[in-house]
Amino acid sequence: MNKIEAIDVNFYYGDFHALKGISMEIPQNKVVAFIGPSGCGKSTFLRLFNRMNDLIPGSRLQGRILIDGQDIYAPGGMEVDELRKNVGMVFQRPNPFPKSIFDNVAYGLRVNGIKDKEFIRQRVEESLRGAALWDEVKDKLNSSAYALSGGQQQRLCIARAMAISPSVLLMDEPASALDPISTAKVEELICELRNQVTIVIVTHNMQQASRVSDKTAFFYMGEMIEYDDTKVIFTNPHKEATQNYITGRFG
Amino acid sequence: MVKFVESELVQLRNEVYEMWTLVYKQMEQVKQAVLDMDADMAKQVLMRERRVDAMELRIDSKVEDIIALYTPVAIDLRFVLAMFKINNDLERIGDYADGMARFVKDAAGTALDAELVGRLRLEEMFSTVLVMMDSLKQALMDEDPAKAASVLETDDILDEIKNSSIGILVDYAKKHTDSIYLCIGLAGVIRKIERTGDHLSNVAEDIVFYIDAKVLKHNMTQDAGQ
Repeated sequence: MNKIEAIDVNFYYGDFHALKGISMEIPQNKVVAFIGPSGCGKSTFLRLFNRMNDLIPGSRLQGRILIDGQDIYAPGGMEVDELRKNVGMVFQRPNPFPKSIFDNVAYGLRVNGIKDKEFIRQRVEESLRGAALWDEVKDKLNSSAYALSGGQQQRLCIARAMAISPSVLLMDEPASALDPISTAKVEELICELRNQVTIVIVTHNMQQASRVSDKTAFFYMGEMIEYDDTKVIFTNPHKEATQNYITGRFG
Repeated sequence: MVKFVESELVQLRNEVYEMWTLVYKQMEQVKQAVLDMDADMAKQVLMRERRVDAMELRIDSKVEDIIALYTPVAIDLRFVLAMFKINNDLERIGDYADGMARFVKDAAGTALDAELVGRLRLEEMFSTVLVMMDSLKQALMDEDPAKAASVLETDDILDEIKNSSIGILVDYAKKHTDSIYLCIGLAGVIRKIERTGDHLSNVAEDIVFYIDAKVLKHNMTQDAGQ
């Protein structure tokens, strides 16, 4: 079953044609990695899935993007707020709010009108456990999130995103600012979270894409050159451009 | 090494153990087939050879995936390389079992001269490779390079038996000219068992390489990476 479907997507920043006729299907509860050189359009494409590009002046989208079969850009359709409850996002640099650890994770729940304190407490604990952070922070939930290490902050952001139970999690280079140990923890987390959510991850780290994803898409100059099972992409890609990129022979 | 990569390595190890058990059984059965000239037993070995080949391909593919997807390094890389090479050695041993089974099948109805078999020390050869296989598997399971290296000396027994077999078979063929075909076949069997010992020596070296990062092959002893 497909969770996300992009149909002939073209995207423009003013006159610049950033995404060229991309169609792809992302199956439910799979991890899909987007790889490609800087400026190839992979982050732009990722950000279309939760309408992060909407406010960019002069930007324009053609084509359709369906989540659970529903066109998220259909006029008069889904509200952006509703969409983002279902589609969480984690960014390159950890961006905790200037609040306590507890309040960071509880934030999304409160914004969504949940007032039941016991429910919020339970959900915060579940989310922190799910993000493999609970044991490290359970005794300092009221401390500032800024007191955590970079790796812990990133897992806190994942817990915050997961607290409102999204069914899709977008990750834009989630480990590029982390040391190898924190990276390994985030990668393990991705593998565990795939049971609950569909994950789309943009990464420049090809080893990371090969380690954590089920399917990989290679982008180049706004086009999706190849999209296949990760095993195929990294052992026997069908396109020469993909092979050149993953073997470092590009350019 | 993150947990999900660790689990891939455990799976690879288990598949190699499975291959090991399969090839051991092939060698055990072909021993009985040869010593009893039992064509039915030989047919079982021949039928199972396809499974050995299929397992070899499966493990090769798994190794390719692990290297491509998880880029193992240091002891993990040596482990994956060792499993790749051991897999190929086990498959070759499976081929020898297949070849010996073919000899038994083709020579169906022929009985072996018990005295000749005794002089050739055929049973001892088979038993020696089976003990070598068993010890090496245990060495891998225990991660014991000393136990693996100790098997290398055993290979000398096989070489010695093989070297003495030529004269015995030539003498026997001269006196029993109707047995020339059988003698040629037995020379082939002895050669295959001796080659099995060579492959098991390779396996011993691969285990030492994996655990201690030492290269023992070609009478060299040096640390990997130097």
